[in-house]
Amino acid sequence: MSDPLFGVHGKALELRSQRLSLLASNIANAATPGYKARDIDFTKALKQAAGANGVSAGQAADANVQYRVPLEASLDGNTVELSTEQNQFAENAVKYRTTLSFLEGRINTVMQALKGE
Amino acid sequence: MANNLSVFDIAGRAMSAQMMRLNTTASNLANAGAVAGSKEEAFRSIKPVFKSVTDAPGIATVKVDSVVATKIDPTKRHDPSNPKADKDGNVWEAAVDQAQELVEMMETSRQYQNNVQVMQTAKTLTLDTLRLGK
Repeated sequence: MSDPLFGVHGKALELRSQRLSLLASNIANAATPGYKARDIDFTKALKQAAGANGVSAGQAADANVQYRVPLEASLDGNTVELSTEQNQFAENAVKYRTTLSFLEGRINTVMQALKGE
Repeated sequence: MANNLSVFDIAGRAMSAQMMRLNTTASNLANAGAVAGSKEEAFRSIKPVFKSVTDAPGIATVKVDSVVATKIDPTKRHDPSNPKADKDGNVWEAAVDQAQELVEMMETSRQYQNNVQVMQTAKTLTLDTLRLGK
């Protein structure tokens, strides 16, 4: 059941923050031999988290973690490609901000209603 | 959310690991060209071995597991005038590939910067979230 006040955005914010940690992990392990980069299937995870079965955002994120398929495999088995990771990280950060804007808009609306302006 | 590693921990520890790597590179370069009187005494370049530390699935930071000496042999050079030369007049030059070390240094600094960037972004987003509704 989705939140009556904030809709899907509360869960989305949590998932975005989870994904931020995940992409940070990939970037942190750019030089670790054999490290396999991972990412969340965001659409699927959000669908699960927003569903009626009471799945938390954390559980939905954990359930939808997948290995990334590298464009070009490296010799030491590490599948982190910094260009890809940085792109995804930047995109995720922008979308996090977007979700924040949605929440802010909703908070402002409610505040205005309460004040009777 | 059961993970104990925050974005700050992840990027912060990765920065320490990269710093360690930069230190080993610096010490390798500092010792390049140093000579010793025997093969055993000669300096061999050192390298950190990185290992990922996993928390929840996909959430992992990195640590320096160990620091190992590379297996490249020091170069033997005939130089009887050197005060360190052995009875045959040979000295052993430190086993450091300077070009490789310089490349390593560039890569290390780039990866350090990446982690700084991650931390900055995470900090901005966290502060923005705290300001919600104000």
